[in-house]
Amino acid sequence: MMTSHPLIRLLDRGSTLFLVLLAAFAIAIPVSNLLMPEGSALHLSTYFVALFGKYVCYGLLALSIDLIWGYVGILSLGHGAFFALGGYAMGMYLMRQIGTRGVYANPILPDFMVFLNWSELPFFWYGFNSFAYAMLMVLLVPGLLAFVFGWFAFRSRVTGVYLSIITQAMTYALLLGFFRNNFGFGGNNGLTDFKDILGFNVQAEGTRNALLVTSCIALAVCFLICRAIVTSKFGKVLIGIRDAESRTRFLGYRVEAYKLFVFTVSACMAGVAGALYVPQVGIINPGEFAPGNSIEAVIWVAVGGRGTLTGAVLGAFVVNYAKTFFTSGALAPYWLFMLGGLFIGTTLFLPRGIIGTYNNWRAGHADKAEAKAAEGASAGGGASPAQPSAAE
Amino acid sequence: MATVQADRKTTSSLLYLDGISVSFDGFKALNELSFIVEPGEMRAIIGPNGAGKTTMMDVITGKTRPDEGDVFFEEGKYDLSKLDETEIATLGIGRKFQKPTVFEMHTVEDNLQLSLKNDRSVKATLFWQSSAEQEARIDQVLDIVRLKHLRARVAGSLSHGQKQWLEIAMLLAQDPKLLLVDEPVAGMTDVETMQTAELLREINKTKTVVVVEHDMAFVRELGVKVTCLHEGSVLAEGSIDQVSTNDRVVEVYLGR
Ligand SMILES: Nc1ncnc2c1ncn2[C@@H]1O[C@H](COP(=O)(O)OP(=O)(O)O)[C@@H](O)[C@H]1O
Ligand SMILES: [Mg+2]
Repeated sequence: MMTSHPLIRLLDRGSTLFLVLLAAFAIAIPVSNLLMPEGSALHLSTYFVALFGKYVCYGLLALSIDLIWGYVGILSLGHGAFFALGGYAMGMYLMRQIGTRGVYANPILPDFMVFLNWSELPFFWYGFNSFAYAMLMVLLVPGLLAFVFGWFAFRSRVTGVYLSIITQAMTYALLLGFFRNNFGFGGNNGLTDFKDILGFNVQAEGTRNALLVTSCIALAVCFLICRAIVTSKFGKVLIGIRDAESRTRFLGYRVEAYKLFVFTVSACMAGVAGALYVPQVGIINPGEFAPGNSIEAVIWVAVGGRGTLTGAVLGAFVVNYAKTFFTSGALAPYWLFMLGGLFIGTTLFLPRGIIGTYNNWRAGHADKAEAKAAEGASAGGGASPAQPSAAE
Repeated sequence: MATVQADRKTTSSLLYLDGISVSFDGFKALNELSFIVEPGEMRAIIGPNGAGKTTMMDVITGKTRPDEGDVFFEEGKYDLSKLDETEIATLGIGRKFQKPTVFEMHTVEDNLQLSLKNDRSVKATLFWQSSAEQEARIDQVLDIVRLKHLRARVAGSLSHGQKQWLEIAMLLAQDPKLLLVDEPVAGMTDVETMQTAELLREINKTKTVVVVEHDMAFVRELGVKVTCLHEGSVLAEGSIDQVSTNDRVVEVYLGR
């Protein structure tokens, strides 16, 4: 309800549980990896730390998608592009940190530039030796692209499937661009062979754990920002736009400004996710722009539960765990079929996703209990509100 | 159209439509439609299905641009054909849709909270806090439409008639100068219909109202000046008795 204290609105039961679990993982995993002796049942391998760190980044990407798809109905099939751009900004910083340790030992130029016989650093690589500048770009580049893209798309009232298609076109165009060697981002090899971040070896156990904890903190902060947005009056306007866009317009709200703001915020979050992802996986290449990646991320959200925030993160974990599990076994060639099947199955049998279905079941229970308590007090009611359909 | 310029300076109208034409793929939904609504007036618009009543509202609220003609608001001060939906709503024109359109996922209270006349900017809604004054205003509006007992209910669970009233309440919360109400009693029982007529008369005490309706008993109950549309233009105008005995109106209504 609008009248309750902002903090209570922000941290409902589900959100609190989510943050507590996230904090528990962020503490338990490094403790178990760094402090427990190898061979002990409580020891987790460094492989697992990196894996979990990767999932957290995917969770953040899913969260950013849910903010716009779940709450405003903008189905972006190009969010992988913002993720990749954030990743490239981080990758550029990491490349500049290599310095003379590269194969060609050039103090300024990354190896791929020396290989291409470039004599000086392209202007857009300037400044990336500074961590602060690179982090600024992690936010600014995806944010700016989203702002410009959204400015045109929302003003011309491109919605629904058409918007989804042009977001796919956007990420595909970037894919083609980044594949080219003369684009200046390492062509199809991308950026890799990173040595250190802020002076710490990216391969070291301590660094890996630190990156995992940082990713968890980033996810928690972004989650709180999303909660603040969706529980404010602004968030109610967003839901209004999702369910009855013209009603919102005729009430005098500038719908395109609302969409533009939240789309840009979402793109910045996707950029942060990409930036944290790159040092943990050790590479960024144009493959990250592949249209399929963006679609996969949307499936995570659908599976976990659109419009729930926590569901998006859960979906990212569940689907990616399944992916890790299946693609490392005999079933590997069939993973894409399984993913497709999962999406179709979710749409048909669990249209609200895991968390959405659970919330609905709980609301149903609460309704029944209430109805029992207030037996005959008032007629009617009880009908649960319509949920957004999975397809836009 | 040099005369229009003079007209709109001298007219005392709140809403002024002159020679409005709108066509969809060659089909003329509005054909040289002209009429004027005075401040404080309540006007009923009748006409058979497809007469262009909803299209007329689309033109006034900026959803549809007229191919030809002038639409002015407030003594010709604002040219509505140059503004978009948001700007027109901000000028003080509220609209109830033919199909009741409320925010189904939100509570009745939140529906009204979103409608209250307030700063609509992104920044204002992000940092918005409720106030006692706003709560009181919501109570007041809910009183008028008799939905106070449903304040905490999710709008999607309301009956059809209650949704119609909620939408009217949302218009009131907006505090507009002109209310456009499209078929408010469609799907209502006779009792609800009469209650709605009473409600609109009450609202008309402080606001200008244009109401589109088929239901003759309802229009009679309103007891206001009637404009009958047919094939996109005005067929007759006057009291309900004058209009309903007009030969051409009878022909149109019987002939359909
Ligand atoms: N967007 C549109 N595209 C094509 N035809 C339309 C459109 N809107 C309305 N029409 C047509 O214009 C005519 C007038 O419609 P409308 O204004 O809805 O009538 P009323 O509200 O009086 O029943 C109808 O014949 C309708 O089919
Ligand atoms: Mg109509």
